[in-house]
Amino acid sequence: MPCEGTRLRFPPCPTARTPFPLMPCAVVPGCRRLPRVGAQMTLAVGCCQAESGPRCGGLRQRRPRRPAGEPSRPSPPPRAWAPLEAPVGVWAPLASITLLSFASRFYRLSEPPHVCWDETHFGKMGSYYINRTFFFDVHPPLGKMLIGLAGYLSGYNGTFPFQKPGDRYGHHNYIGMRGFCAFLGSCLVPFAYLIVLELSKSLSAALLAASILIFDTGCITLSQYILLDPILMFFLMGAVLSMVKYNSCAVRPFSAPWWFWLSLTGVNLAGAIGVKFVGLFVVLLVGLNTVYDLWELLGDLSLSLVTLGKHLLARVFCLILLPLVLYTAQFAVHFAVLNKSGPGDGFFSSAFQSRLIGNNLHNVSVPEHLAYGSVITMKNLRMAGGYLHSHWHLYPEGVGARQQQVSVSLYHSLSLLPASDHLDPSCSVEFVRHGDVIRLEHKETSRNLHSHQHEAPMTRKHFQVTGYGINGTGDANDFWRIEVVGRKSGKRIKVLRSQIRLTHLATGCILGSSGKTLPKWGWEQVEVTCTPYVKETPNALWNVEDHINPKLPNISLDVLKPSFPEILLESHMVMIRGNSGLKPKENEVTSKPWHWPINYQGLRFSGVNETDYRVYLLGNPVVWWLNLVTIGLYLLMATCTIVAIKRGAQLTVEFKELSEVLLHSGGKIMLGWLLHYLPFFMMGRVLYFHHYFPAMLFSSMLTGITWDTLLKFCAGCLSCSMGKRVYTYGMLALMLLIVYSFYLFHPLSYGMVGPMASDPNSPMAGLRWLESWEF
Amino acid sequence: MLGFLKQPVVVTAEINMNLVALTVMGLVNRLWALSYPRAVVFDEVYYGQFVSLYMKRIFFVDDSGPPFGHMLLAFGGYLGGFDGNFLWNRIGAEYSMNVPVWSLRLLPALTGALCVPLAYQILVELHFSHCAAFGAALLILFENSLITQSRLMLLESVLIFFILLAILSYLKFYNLQKCSPFTAGWWFWLLLTGVACSCAVGVKYMGLFTYMLLLAIAGVHSWHLIGDQTLSNVSVLCHLLARGLALVVVPVAMYLSFFYVHLTVLYRSGPHDQIMTSAFQASLEGGLARITQGQPLEVAYGSQITLRNVLGKPVPCWLHSHKNTYPIRYENGRGSSHQQQVTCYPFKDVNNWWIVKDPGMQQLVVSNPPRPVRHGHIVQLVHGITTRYLNTHDVAAPLSPHSQEISCYIDYNISMPAQNLWRVEIVNRESDTDVWKTILSEVRFVHVNTSAVLKLSGASLPEWGYRQLEIIGEKLSKGHHQSMLWNVEEHRYGKSQEQKEREVELHSPTQADISKNLSFMARFTELQWKILTLKNEDTEHKYSSSPLDWITMDTNIAYWFHPISGAQIHLIGNILTWASANVATLVYVCLFLWYLLRRRRKICDIPEDAWRLWVSAGGLCVGGWAVNYLPFFMMEKTLFLYHYLPALTFQILLIPVVLQHLTDHLCRSQLPKNMFSALMVAWFSSIYLVYRTFSPLTYGEPTLSAAELRSLRWKDSWDILIRKH
Repeated sequence: MPCEGTRLRFPPCPTARTPFPLMPCAVVPGCRRLPRVGAQMTLAVGCCQAESGPRCGGLRQRRPRRPAGEPSRPSPPPRAWAPLEAPVGVWAPLASITLLSFASRFYRLSEPPHVCWDETHFGKMGSYYINRTFFFDVHPPLGKMLIGLAGYLSGYNGTFPFQKPGDRYGHHNYIGMRGFCAFLGSCLVPFAYLIVLELSKSLSAALLAASILIFDTGCITLSQYILLDPILMFFLMGAVLSMVKYNSCAVRPFSAPWWFWLSLTGVNLAGAIGVKFVGLFVVLLVGLNTVYDLWELLGDLSLSLVTLGKHLLARVFCLILLPLVLYTAQFAVHFAVLNKSGPGDGFFSSAFQSRLIGNNLHNVSVPEHLAYGSVITMKNLRMAGGYLHSHWHLYPEGVGARQQQVSVSLYHSLSLLPASDHLDPSCSVEFVRHGDVIRLEHKETSRNLHSHQHEAPMTRKHFQVTGYGINGTGDANDFWRIEVVGRKSGKRIKVLRSQIRLTHLATGCILGSSGKTLPKWGWEQVEVTCTPYVKETPNALWNVEDHINPKLPNISLDVLKPSFPEILLESHMVMIRGNSGLKPKENEVTSKPWHWPINYQGLRFSGVNETDYRVYLLGNPVVWWLNLVTIGLYLLMATCTIVAIKRGAQLTVEFKELSEVLLHSGGKIMLGWLLHYLPFFMMGRVLYFHHYFPAMLFSSMLTGITWDTLLKFCAGCLSCSMGKRVYTYGMLALMLLIVYSFYLFHPLSYGMVGPMASDPNSPMAGLRWLESWEF
Repeated sequence: MLGFLKQPVVVTAEINMNLVALTVMGLVNRLWALSYPRAVVFDEVYYGQFVSLYMKRIFFVDDSGPPFGHMLLAFGGYLGGFDGNFLWNRIGAEYSMNVPVWSLRLLPALTGALCVPLAYQILVELHFSHCAAFGAALLILFENSLITQSRLMLLESVLIFFILLAILSYLKFYNLQKCSPFTAGWWFWLLLTGVACSCAVGVKYMGLFTYMLLLAIAGVHSWHLIGDQTLSNVSVLCHLLARGLALVVVPVAMYLSFFYVHLTVLYRSGPHDQIMTSAFQASLEGGLARITQGQPLEVAYGSQITLRNVLGKPVPCWLHSHKNTYPIRYENGRGSSHQQQVTCYPFKDVNNWWIVKDPGMQQLVVSNPPRPVRHGHIVQLVHGITTRYLNTHDVAAPLSPHSQEISCYIDYNISMPAQNLWRVEIVNRESDTDVWKTILSEVRFVHVNTSAVLKLSGASLPEWGYRQLEIIGEKLSKGHHQSMLWNVEEHRYGKSQEQKEREVELHSPTQADISKNLSFMARFTELQWKILTLKNEDTEHKYSSSPLDWITMDTNIAYWFHPISGAQIHLIGNILTWASANVATLVYVCLFLWYLLRRRRKICDIPEDAWRLWVSAGGLCVGGWAVNYLPFFMMEKTLFLYHYLPALTFQILLIPVVLQHLTDHLCRSQLPKNMFSALMVAWFSSIYLVYRTFSPLTYGEPTLSAAELRSLRWKDSWDILIRKH
């Protein structure tokens, strides 16, 4: 019954009588159109009118609780603060803050005309899309694809190398990409404005939140360059906004605006995770909100189970399936666009590489089954694992036995051939089978792959692997049993497809790569060991990649091309491992999560010396410290309110509404802040200051709501005129403080030239309030 | 007056024979043949060395947890009169006669045995029937893995005991809350909760999970209390304060007291000194203290000092230089200044000595009276043996090309002037005119010309630098990091004018006469920090496992193996109990969700009381299981099956809860009830049978033949040691 009740809820939202007359649907253009759409729907599905009639009556009694309750209230007491009068009062500020926001983000966008900070990565990746070369990055592709698209549309041809920060752009068109990011970054302000307005129904709260974001130097700086963060934050705020909107449309479930906002939430969620995995936190936020929502609906006994099922299905469809489909689709586009071999090949498996034009596995044809006498290369299955390798150099004195080195190298260079003792050249081809005992001879140096009970060079608990013997003659330590994972005995071994494990016969250990880099003497290749710990890890698995055997017929490898789900899975595994591989080095000074909210230290975007054009990513300290204080203040206020309510304190209607806003709306935003901040404490990877910005958006919105509520509380306690004055002056003071601090700190974003702040002649003299700031 | 004589004096004793019986059974089952095997079993090799160190009063740092557990084990050794003389080097080594094996293993075994009656009482306090409670205790009694773990000198059983004790005392306290708050019993149980929690945390950090769970439960209960409008504001406040005192303040104080005892008992220097800062080492008897006893406190111009890097990672080391120069070209083709190498050297050496020199004066001796160096002063550092000046310049460092090279200046006359002025910045100063103090001050050296900071990069130099650690001048000093901080360790006032005499002086030991003592809190903070941050590198182990293997017990650990007879001890659980516990958890979660959703729709399948019972018992048991199990998925350290035992204990407690619920509410008529009871009997007997079957692997006796061992290998993934013939 999609149309259930729509008609009976036709009466427009009561705007005049509510204390904060901005009822949800009065603001939203979609919702304003709603009655008409609803009516059309009712007509279109006329059959359900009859059945739904009585139900809707029930609904009506229950739903408009607030408006119904109001007339009975004696004339509402005069407010200390001005209620919002008309939609105009909402649109005009919206337009002006949007204008301001765009102005602040686009001002001096082209400065500095060289590569700044991480532009060197993301700009480069944008170029890869334009050139269609395959690369590897730890983030999902959407953000970089959009950057690439923006560059493409604005006439950038993808030829700029983006080698290192500080490289001049010259004649290359970079404004398009920066402009795209700045555009998305500017949208954050109106989004924040609308979210706060929707949640608190207070214009001044919304204005406060918006002005915090407009005048925050950190947000400005982060939006002005080719980075993923503005794109991520755009989707993130978009998701929160549409979530809040669809929550306000809850009085009219299954109406067009409801569907619109619900599916828009899903789209934005897909966008957010598609840019960075940090987007998962907003997914979590929306998920928790939805669970709460469904729980409330479940408790509503007037809803039938069928309706509940529809609610559930709608959410599953819009918030789970739709994002999944979109997310998968962007990977499909990613793989379709990047079809040429590039710098990212080595991170992926052999099967994956066979898709890429220009890779030497592309369209290659090799014998399918491994035979004695074949010349092969073996690739380690670990992420970014290389090829089994050996060379003429010996292990140095004191590192195990002084025999020939065996290592893993990222480049194809070596060939090994399995040889068997009973190899008879006259005999026809004999295939290697699962469980066979073989010897592997290095083709170049004709030594056998050998292991013994000496400790490995880096991983002391493993055994050393060497090249030993000459021209095929060695000893009993050269025998390896070859096994295919998940296969019974006697089967042949397939090129590329079979995952092979080599067990050393004498010691029972397994050939593997430890992932540790050898020192200089080993040419900084990766260590190969024989591990006595029998575990199923990709470190100890190998596959055969190149395979030459003139006696066998070659088959095309096209049949081996992986399917799309396999590619998707593999690229995720690679990304996740890559992410967790970003560990801080020993003794490296890294940013700690507790530094962030106190604005302890920024990031140098451009320039170091006095003569350089310097841009420094640092939040406007006044704003950030205000945000920090507000979080404490919010917790205090929320605790007091919640305890007071729990103790059964009698609140006036006015205060009840305020506490509702504080607990409910503020709680949602607070949850968002926590979800975007706390997980970083548990992350082992390298962290940077800019990781805090999504949380900072929530924190700013919370500031708007909290101060507005606090001032209203104060005003409510005082007499009418006095209260009004307190409220107005309080808000004005906050705004002025923010604007003035922006005036002080704006050179951080718009560029500083001249002496450093420690010099009294510098324009920033006296503003280096913390010793840890570097400008 | 004598009225009381009119009544006879009556003592009524109520003895719960169930409890007595369970306690006796537990003791028998855990203490039987306790000193067998008389050999080092598994992690006894690890804990044993700490017991020995306690006996000898030698300081140590153990990164695996706080000291209370080790102290308890050492207490057993103390009771048995252990002198600490045993080399804990290898699993399976025979104990010598001086090792009191029985008393060393007694404490874990006792605590393990007491878990049985505790389980009984917990279920009784949760308002379950005595039958269910008895069942729970029996399940704990016949759980092979818990038996193995408690019969050896290991800490898990102690941890589980304190966890269960904390839960039990909280339940007792909560049940008293309704009728008689603020009575002696109420206070006793409340305080005991806090004490048991801190003991659990003190034994192993894993105890923290249960502590958090209890805090959460207490929080929910307090929240209900706040909502209780029959109580006055003042009494609510009193309730909250009492809980805060007993559940937060007391545990913290107890935890500190463990460290206090630890640091008081261990006053001698020992093998782990090097990890600690110089100040800490100086507070121990022997070791560094012997050297630094009575050094002059204030560093003055002319002082001879050794400089230790504060970070102590990757190894503790001292600023060092030697005659060799940087190679003109490195392997990768970059050039160097070819001046004298400056490194960080992890051993004491005469080349670690530096002299603090006033740039304005020539002499290298301390004037009379000494002129102390203060924060912000500019100094030159002269290498004692080579008399070259510490220098840095715009040349890339050997391994960290983004930083400046640090060298001892050699004038090659190639227009590369000396830049050897350094500003001393005392980081932990109290005022800007603080004097640079031996051991206590942490100092940054900022280069005056380039404002680079002297820093340990952590990389070790190649062959030409003798694999010593690289020292660099960090130009973009991002904040403060300990690798940039240095403290003076050895110090004496230089007296020799001539270089020859000075070399002799540098070789002689320092001497003087002031001692420095750190406050307890400073020592505690440092030790605590070291325990939390110390990382054992790469501890791959044959029997390590992943948390996923634990639920189904896909893995076991061979604890001990007799080389001749082939007798063996394994950590292997009662597979039937494990499986039943998993089923019970699953049933609980499904039923809970079902009831919850139905109740939201105002359909009540079970009475309100039963529901409350169901929630509280489940919250405790499933909650306890979850908090003790799930966090392991996020841990990166090497994990073993025994980490699962606390979680398993909670899961076992859930079995009777679910069973009783099923009989009470789902079996409506008599027939299914009877059938259910029959099933129960059969099930309990099979649990006992499984226990008997695996008891040779639990107790290490009797020795089994290869065929018998093979028949015990119920899962392919179990690693039971079968000797080849």
